[in-house]
Amino acid sequence: MNKINAVQEEIVEEFSLFDDWMQRYEYMIELGKSLPLIDPEYKTEENIIKGCQSKVWIHADLEGDKLVFTADSDAIITKGIIAVLIRVFSNQHPDAILGADTSFIDKIGLKEHLSPTRANGLVSMIKQLKMYAIAFKTQLN
Amino acid sequence: MDVTKIRKDFPVLNRKVNGRPLIYFDNAATSQTPTQVINTIVDYYENYNANIHRGVHALSQEATNAYEGARQKIQHHFNAAQPYEVIFTSGTTHSINIVSNGYGELLNQGDELIVSALEHHSNIVPWQMLCEKTGALLKVIPMNEDGVLLMDAYDDLLSERTKLVFVNHVSNALGTINPIEEIINKAHEVGAEVLIDGAQASPHIKADLQSINVDYYVTSAHKICGPTGIGILYGKENSLKRLPPFQGGGEMIAEVTFEKTTYAGLPHKFEAGTPNIAGGIAFGAALDYLNSIGMEKIAEYEQELLIYGTAALKKIPGLKVYGEALNKTAVISFNVQGIHPYDIGSILDKLGIAVRTGHHCAQPIMDFYRIPGTVRASFSFYNTFEEIDTMVKAVEKAVQMLK
Repeated sequence: MNKINAVQEEIVEEFSLFDDWMQRYEYMIELGKSLPLIDPEYKTEENIIKGCQSKVWIHADLEGDKLVFTADSDAIITKGIIAVLIRVFSNQHPDAILGADTSFIDKIGLKEHLSPTRANGLVSMIKQLKMYAIAFKTQLN
Repeated sequence: MDVTKIRKDFPVLNRKVNGRPLIYFDNAATSQTPTQVINTIVDYYENYNANIHRGVHALSQEATNAYEGARQKIQHHFNAAQPYEVIFTSGTTHSINIVSNGYGELLNQGDELIVSALEHHSNIVPWQMLCEKTGALLKVIPMNEDGVLLMDAYDDLLSERTKLVFVNHVSNALGTINPIEEIINKAHEVGAEVLIDGAQASPHIKADLQSINVDYYVTSAHKICGPTGIGILYGKENSLKRLPPFQGGGEMIAEVTFEKTTYAGLPHKFEAGTPNIAGGIAFGAALDYLNSIGMEKIAEYEQELLIYGTAALKKIPGLKVYGEALNKTAVISFNVQGIHPYDIGSILDKLGIAVRTGHHCAQPIMDFYRIPGTVRASFSFYNTFEEIDTMVKAVEKAVQMLK
């Protein structure tokens, strides 16, 4: 099993420990607090991800042949969602990021409980992570 | 007013959201639809669905009578002088675009238009597009911290260069009721026309169009218990005659040859194509429904909800209400210090409470307060004091989780 799948399974397992949405949200809010924060210099207007109700910034650096993500948001639940995504996608090779399946989002009850507007934000975030992977993949080649 | 009885008219209020009874506080975005209105739509499609105005057969005539009957109901509700001054549109945005498009041929470079700081994007963007096309200038009436327009500044903006003033009757983001009669009278003194966006006012205030002497008044049915996709452009006969048509097509013509087409008279000049017939008829039914309860009673009850809700929410530490005009509708826009409105909205949704979060399509207002958005709870006559209590507890719960 590749590493991305392993992290995803780990997260699915963690979330399955909770009985109700409130515990899941509280856990996500906690995760948001541990989000590796983006350097303020990258928190520019141009870096704001479109499609989110709250402001979301994501930045990527190449360390060796792996991408390391940092991010931030002005909304705390959104921060939790990014923290989950980054835990999956950070420290991975661009190819692994591009090939990653994101069905774990459904399994942790994130997408099914988010309204379409908010789910769009989630889709935009994943798209942005994959865009970085494409950009750095070219650089690695 | 018997709210328990009224609630039985709204089937959607029985449903659960996330396992809890729905509390619908997003009425400023769209109102819920009573059975009486839903039945009108069903009746139309089951019994007399036909194209209108030209058919000689019975169904077409029945449909035409019902549709034109609805136009007259709207005329009487808003006290327009003539039924043909009521143009059916797809909604407020469409109505505004008919006027802004027509004005493209009536304006010259250097002419001025006046808008207010309290507008919805739909009453800003069409005019900006018009200004780009014509070289006209857009001036803005500023507001104060309470969300009230500064009328002295309005006086200073008016001049003989002013051609059109467009202001909403009620602000969607803050609920402020604007002094539209003063705005209209002062614009008329310098020879300008006035368009009032009544989308947010119609659920609470019955505008008397002849008495306020407005040139154009626009609104949507879905804010007042009607269906989506139907609204009106009211215009004074002379104003509408002067305004060039917006869309070409069937219905809006008198005669067509390949050399020249002559346009039909009012209201058909602005009603190209087959209209939303069921929607128009249901718009009339929605007004019947509201009038059977009484607009004054509705407004009075909603004011009680507003006062009760505002007082209860303000007890939450760090909660700030945006928009504290003395005259406002039952809209409470708020934030809790240090918490993003989106976070509060997400938790409330999990608790079955529908509110709106974000900039409410009124970014200039959010920029004025330097906030990303607000949580907006907007009440209707089918809401209850108990629902407000539940919301207040839910906000407290959210604050506890998010702090």
